[in-house]
Amino acid sequence: MSFREEHELHKRRFGRNLGLGLVLAGFVALVFGMTIAKVSNEDFAVPKIEQGAD
Amino acid sequence: MSDASLNTASPVSHTQEGEAGFGDFFALLKPRVMTLVVFTALVGLLAAPVGVHPVIGFAAILFIAVGGGASGALNMWWESDIDALMKRTQKRPIPAGKVTRDEAFAFGITLAVMSVVMLWLATNALAAGILAFTIFFYVVIYTIGLKRWTPQNIVIGGAAGAFPPMIGWAAATGTVSLESVLMFALIFMWTPPHFWALALFMRGDYDKAGVPMLTVTHGRRATRVHILVYTVLLAALAIGAAFTGIGGPVYLAVAVIFNALFLRDAIAIWRRDEDQAEADNYRVEKRAFRLSLWYLFAHFTAILAEAALSGLGLGGWT
Repeated sequence: MSFREEHELHKRRFGRNLGLGLVLAGFVALVFGMTIAKVSNEDFAVPKIEQGAD
Repeated sequence: MSDASLNTASPVSHTQEGEAGFGDFFALLKPRVMTLVVFTALVGLLAAPVGVHPVIGFAAILFIAVGGGASGALNMWWESDIDALMKRTQKRPIPAGKVTRDEAFAFGITLAVMSVVMLWLATNALAAGILAFTIFFYVVIYTIGLKRWTPQNIVIGGAAGAFPPMIGWAAATGTVSLESVLMFALIFMWTPPHFWALALFMRGDYDKAGVPMLTVTHGRRATRVHILVYTVLLAALAIGAAFTGIGGPVYLAVAVIFNALFLRDAIAIWRRDEDQAEADNYRVEKRAFRLSLWYLFAHFTAILAEAALSGLGLGGWT
């Protein structure tokens, strides 16, 4: 099923799609912010890699 | 669906009218209930003795709110039949024909799982576990299980609404403590008189939907007695909480004022009969309902104020 770019459906659903797009963009920004907050925490430590078992 | 069917004039206009917009999906989350969830969870988080990074705190409150909203969507999915019968609920997205039951179910389940997982990642397993239990409790135990066959439905359902401050507290501290249980108890005891006051002046709605509200099963006299008993117990709890870790002089002053007002209205409701209530169009019952909203807001604001003051070395009784 394909629609022409200016199909009426695109206009009709513009608000819904715009809303969803903004929510997803906000979610990505939030996860990024959480990551920065967690790695900036003093308790945070990068797990050490085990050295040469062989 | 083919292009042809999309281009046919009448189905398109019909779809346009009934098609869900972004706002309809948002309405499935019960935004008004969500404001209470956000506010009480925020107080739980900020009143906790452990500081939280602002971004983590924001994320925690957001995911608690989304979890609460998911419960609302699943509640509307299950209750669309009775929502269509009640004036108060018949404009909700499913009975209004904007969103199908399947869409509401998929939306609710997706958000429920996502909110729990994300809260776990943002904070800790305990907070996520309580959120998961809250959603399960509200949807399965209350909505699907008990609401339609016990007149104590409001009491049981109130527990679900009482968990958010406990989740906020657990998100900050990773524990459940007396203070968070007290905040839970405050909302739990507040819910029955709040909703029964509403049920007294919204009588027709619940009767029509066949929901066994106390007003229907045990009569309106018994409901008036129940409101008084719960309000007395609530007052004892709310004032007693002033002398715990979440209380202090500011909280005590607020609790004394609002419990005195709420008790005054509960006594007035208890003393009235139906003829008196109908004569003045349920003036006292409506006043008690409005006051109950301010009551909860005032108590949680006071808890927040005590937490803020203790940050300045002024809070509590020390």
